Amino acid sequence: MKMKCSQVLMECLLEQGVDTVFGYPGGTILNIYDEFELHGYGEKIKHILTSHEQGAAHAADGYARSTGKVGVCFATSGPGATNLTTGIATAYYDSSPVVFITVNVPEALIGKDAFQEVDVTGITMPITKCNYLVRDPETLADVVREAFAIARSGRPGPVVIDIAKNVTLTEVDFESLPLSEHAKSGRLGKRLRRSENNLKAPEPDGEDIDKLLTMIGEAKKPLVLAGGGVIRSKDAVPEFIKFIEKLGAPVTTSMMGIGACPCDHPLYTGMIGMHGTRASNIATTKCDLLIIVGCRLSDRVALAPQHFAKKAKIVHIDIDRAEIDKNVKTDHHIIGDARRVLELINAKLPKYDYPGWREEVFAQKTKVAPASSGKATPKEIIDIINKYTDENTIVTTDVGQHQMWVAQYYNFKLPKQLISSGGFGTMGFGLGAAIGAKIANPDKLVIHCTGDGSFRMNYTEYATAKYYDVPIITVLFNNRALGMVRQWQALTAGRRFSQTTLDRGPDFVKFAQAFDFEAVKVSTKEDFDREFAKAVKSGKHYMIECDIETEDLVSPMIPGGAKSDEFLLD
Amino acid sequence: MSEIRRHTLSVLVENAAGVLSHVTRFFSRKGYNIESLAVGPTDDASVSRITIEVSADDAAAEQIINQLRKMFSVYSVKELPRKTSVRRELVLYKVKAEEPDMRNEIIQIVNIFRASIIDVSLKTLTIALIGDEDKADAMQNLLKNFGILELARTGVVALERGESTLVDETKENKEFNLGKNMN
Repeated sequence: MKMKCSQVLMECLLEQGVDTVFGYPGGTILNIYDEFELHGYGEKIKHILTSHEQGAAHAADGYARSTGKVGVCFATSGPGATNLTTGIATAYYDSSPVVFITVNVPEALIGKDAFQEVDVTGITMPITKCNYLVRDPETLADVVREAFAIARSGRPGPVVIDIAKNVTLTEVDFESLPLSEHAKSGRLGKRLRRSENNLKAPEPDGEDIDKLLTMIGEAKKPLVLAGGGVIRSKDAVPEFIKFIEKLGAPVTTSMMGIGACPCDHPLYTGMIGMHGTRASNIATTKCDLLIIVGCRLSDRVALAPQHFAKKAKIVHIDIDRAEIDKNVKTDHHIIGDARRVLELINAKLPKYDYPGWREEVFAQKTKVAPASSGKATPKEIIDIINKYTDENTIVTTDVGQHQMWVAQYYNFKLPKQLISSGGFGTMGFGLGAAIGAKIANPDKLVIHCTGDGSFRMNYTEYATAKYYDVPIITVLFNNRALGMVRQWQALTAGRRFSQTTLDRGPDFVKFAQAFDFEAVKVSTKEDFDREFAKAVKSGKHYMIECDIETEDLVSPMIPGGAKSDEFLLD
Repeated sequence: MSEIRRHTLSVLVENAAGVLSHVTRFFSRKGYNIESLAVGPTDDASVSRITIEVSADDAAAEQIINQLRKMFSVYSVKELPRKTSVRRELVLYKVKAEEPDMRNEIIQIVNIFRASIIDVSLKTLTIALIGDEDKADAMQNLLKNFGILELARTGVVALERGESTLVDETKENKEFNLGKNMN
């Protein structure tokens, strides 16, 4: 059927089952936006107009992380595209599948420094799994099909499609293809045929699995470390829990791996790394076998890579071969999708038990700082959130102290419950992500935990949340400071608080009210308890500002580069 | 950090715009300068071969190779060790040759090196030499005395000796391809 490429794009989105697009229009992308009206695609695909392209990018990311489906985000050329870049990088570092679609100036103007022209593919090259500039109208459908396949397959990640504006107006022949047919033709088909030459069976290697089983048989103090790979891999969590319960060894996770096993599971030692528990960190220094599943061992996990799990044989299970030996030298690796690898291991793994070793690990207790004043402590606040919420809750965070408190104290039960910018550490991520997560999961309670610094970065998305009636509860930890940086200054820079004091408002309650949010400021745990209960019950847009002590620190803390038992705070 | 040495990488990529800059980006990100780079299509017009020479320590070279191998537009990467590969480079020298005896002397050198003269003017000779870097350097050293006006090198191209090729099915190749599988 003959149609313009702007319509082809919409048809391709429907092929992929896309129901929601987050974005912001502009001069070059207007033909695509016209399709929502002209041919009624707005009936089938809901477009969420954000306040800023960055908010749209985070929302598409939040949508993707909370569902495992591919998120979609539109933006115009030039500043529209560059405003996406922080969001693209955020998705890239945490392996979130998002397809970003931008439209550049017409081909004849590309390279002429035209109005709102920028080299989008050049800029996004280091922060995408793959990117495209579509100049040939005939290739558009093919490119979109490939882009979605790449975004969701293997280790997921963001893909950018930049389209020259003249392409969107060009008529081509288009036939809709069901998703299952995509791999049989076009670019995708060619790619798959090529890799098939080298790839007889896309399966983990059986001998590698047997070797791990032998290593487990020889181990006396095994430890399991799960990362975001267990969350991203479809249906991997039940296999993971089966694995750890058969093994009976202590289990830790990176922040991205939170939810791989319930936080109240008897084998769970808590988060690892810079702000991880004593039990998890000390266990890495004592274990004789460390089994890592889908974790890239970043500098926040393996703080001193050359000393990390020094006494252990290290086995790394990952889908991305390039992660093996990148940060920490390993003794053995298995390449494959986490679910499939664990399934194959579980089929052969006998039951083990290490009561003595478990006792040794769990004897390490993390201290909790007592309240220093009448104000609620971060732990008390999160304990109250725990009290009123269950596994039907999604918690998004921004970045800083509040993020670590949520990771440490919230009782996550399931994967995809925590949505947080781990790798890139993007302040201002949480609100957009909460909007995306709530739209994808209207029946779930979505709580946006934030700090006063992070909240100010992208809080204009309150307009989006209100307009589209996406009720979320913001819990704002207001310590009138950029707390995490301040904490470093307090501990390592002689308490010189250079530019980390935020003694300048705004009045957050009035701000939230301006967007028609219910808003209240509290400082004691009793007040928070009452207001939070009210917020959950109301089902409305809510902002609770918690006035907390500026001196509240994230503890434990191991400084970057130190060994896993060299606590600066514990 | 281990010692810095020369690595020759042979990379098969999708023959498309942007792929070369994507490949070279990994080297600049790590702070390594590419010493020589040669790109051209292969027997399959949709596939190009890039031969890269870089000085780097072994761990960094390995990481660069691994990151290249996971790129969708990269089909295969292999380091070609000097001992087990054949390597050639084409070098063009434009040399001053104003006096007849100078001219004769240059022609003799050209013959010894089995190079060829591909252009002549009243005052210059242009010589083409095919060989590995050592041969090219030796020739350059001799011609220096006559005055080299201009020099152009294509960069090394290399292939493995014997039957093995870049796309041989190895366990590692299989592992990288598993991550790229889209079924």
